Amino acid sequence: MRIVLEKREARSKTVTVLVPIISFVVSLMLGSIVLGLSGANPLSTYGFMFKGAFGTWIDFTETLVKAIPLLLTGLGVALAFKLRFWNIGAEGQFIWGAIGTSWVMVFWNFLPLPLLLPIGLVMGMVAGAMWAGIPAILKANWGVDETLTTLMLNYVAILFAEYLYYGPWRDPDGFGFPGTKRFPQEGWLPRFAGRAHYGLFLALAIAILLWFLLSKTRWGFEIKMIGKNQKAARCLGVSIEKSIVVTLLISGALAGLAGATEVAGISHRLQKGIDMGYGYTAIIIAWMAQLNPLACILVSILMAGLLVGGDQLQMMVGLPSSMGLVIQGLLLFPLLAGSVFTEYRLKIVRKVEA
Amino acid sequence: MDLNWFVCFLGAAVVAGTPLVLATLGELITEKSGSLNLGVEGMMYMGAIIGFTTGLQTGSPFFAFIGAALAGILGAMIFGFVTITLRANQIVTGLTLTMFGTGFAGFIGTPIIGERAPQKIIDTFVKVKLPLLGDIPVIGEIFFNQDYLVYLTYILIILVGFYLYKSRYGLNGTIVGENPKAADSLGISVIGYRYLHLAMGGALCGLAGGYLSLIYVPSWQDSMIAGRGWIAVALVIFSKWNPYRAYIGALFFGGLNIVGFRLQQFDLPVSTYLLDALPYLMTVIVLVFDSMRSKSRSHAPAGLGTPYFREER
Repeated sequence: MRIVLEKREARSKTVTVLVPIISFVVSLMLGSIVLGLSGANPLSTYGFMFKGAFGTWIDFTETLVKAIPLLLTGLGVALAFKLRFWNIGAEGQFIWGAIGTSWVMVFWNFLPLPLLLPIGLVMGMVAGAMWAGIPAILKANWGVDETLTTLMLNYVAILFAEYLYYGPWRDPDGFGFPGTKRFPQEGWLPRFAGRAHYGLFLALAIAILLWFLLSKTRWGFEIKMIGKNQKAARCLGVSIEKSIVVTLLISGALAGLAGATEVAGISHRLQKGIDMGYGYTAIIIAWMAQLNPLACILVSILMAGLLVGGDQLQMMVGLPSSMGLVIQGLLLFPLLAGSVFTEYRLKIVRKVEA
Repeated sequence: MDLNWFVCFLGAAVVAGTPLVLATLGELITEKSGSLNLGVEGMMYMGAIIGFTTGLQTGSPFFAFIGAALAGILGAMIFGFVTITLRANQIVTGLTLTMFGTGFAGFIGTPIIGERAPQKIIDTFVKVKLPLLGDIPVIGEIFFNQDYLVYLTYILIILVGFYLYKSRYGLNGTIVGENPKAADSLGISVIGYRYLHLAMGGALCGLAGGYLSLIYVPSWQDSMIAGRGWIAVALVIFSKWNPYRAYIGALFFGGLNIVGFRLQQFDLPVSTYLLDALPYLMTVIVLVFDSMRSKSRSHAPAGLGTPYFREER
């Protein structure tokens, strides 16, 4: 007797919904093993994390603060992944977005003050798009492996940001603090509750717009086709090279906008610690949401909750902050493992004589 | 910058290149059988922290490196179970392994940041000049006045070359990577060989991590691997899946890794940030040249990255 995987005739809708939920439960169980081994009570730890993230309105606004960049970078990654372009450079594009916005805010003194915020955000998007455009053009023209180029450029981006805030852009009145001058108040992204700023509504609107574009327009159809079958797409006259570059510019612009809203809405300067790893978490968000922009909304709030809860853990229980990364890995492994069941079912075969 | 300085620099490049070549060999073996495991960075982190903590607990260099290799194998087996048995996407699974390994090392390593490797291990891996070979002028000083693990690496390169090109098992593994269907009809176990190559690759990546934490640094630091796993993935492409060529690439990037630090003494008008970014920038540049010259993955195993389903033949 042995167990084999048998292909389903059609993808099962029920399983598609069930898999993320069951995976989440499995992850919590795996996580409790890790917590148990490090001497913490899993149940009370999870309860503590949940309360820390969703317990009070103020806690929830902190979760929203993290959900904004996660949603924007997650959307960018999901869009690129739809093309089967493995953009793992959202982190670098996020940092470039922050750099672009800070450049406008700190150095474009000639701008009328009301224009500071819109032009600053646009510049963040342009910078993020540029950073994603490099690997996209390399891939489209010469087939250069994008996983490696996007990742390598993350390291370059963070070193460049360090160069700026330790070097020429450092606030001369900052007592050596590694960061730029504070942005003029007119350039700040207004907040509606706690530290949660209006970038949230921008991100939500973009998620809905992207969903519409992907599911209802020719462009969205082409992207899906290229992702599924490049040869067929080419036969139908789709320019794959152009699609890659255009789509990646948008993907980078979204990650760039995430960096832009982060500096304009939260830190109000470019400073040490801008590389918070949102761009990597974005990969998990995109995959958990099965590359669906609307699902990204829910998943990014959930992931933000995990991060905020994890931070609380660190402050109160003293668990290291890398616990967050461990949990993210534990979340994704069961999800990846479980996705097989949307296309296959388990079947027990009794050995028969051949 | 006289000859002496240069010999010294190249000797240090050999040391810095050693973890790179170990990880590159690991990924090379893995890819030869058709699995694209982007979790190299994660497996290196797992090897680095488990090797280091085992070293702290036992004080034994032998057990420390066994621990490092086993940790790498554990990471590779997670990858194998999810991608081979459960047929998940290899790229995303590899990324997840990298994330998990990084977090795992950070999680275990936070309380011991800054702690030094046990003296016994440091003493075991001091530079030892080989008789005869070490007396060759220049070359001897660069290649044969090193620690034992560097010498072990030379042997491993030859072993991997022998395994892949001359042994039946290695050739079987290569067929699995090139054409799993044909391999299967020849009675070669596709799944078996993919797991086997993953395990060997994981062990080498784990050793690479252990080399960094136990010999190269040698104390526990956060974010110690710093993208070396990814450079190894790129080196596999540059080497055109050839273990001997991989060594040359690893030496070059080992040199790039230390050039910033070494040039500081000369007070050059170059930003240290630029020098630090060199390995990453050069990876991109070499990748571009490589892809322009030939189709980038034309030397890659034909079945690389594609799962194999027997019932769908």
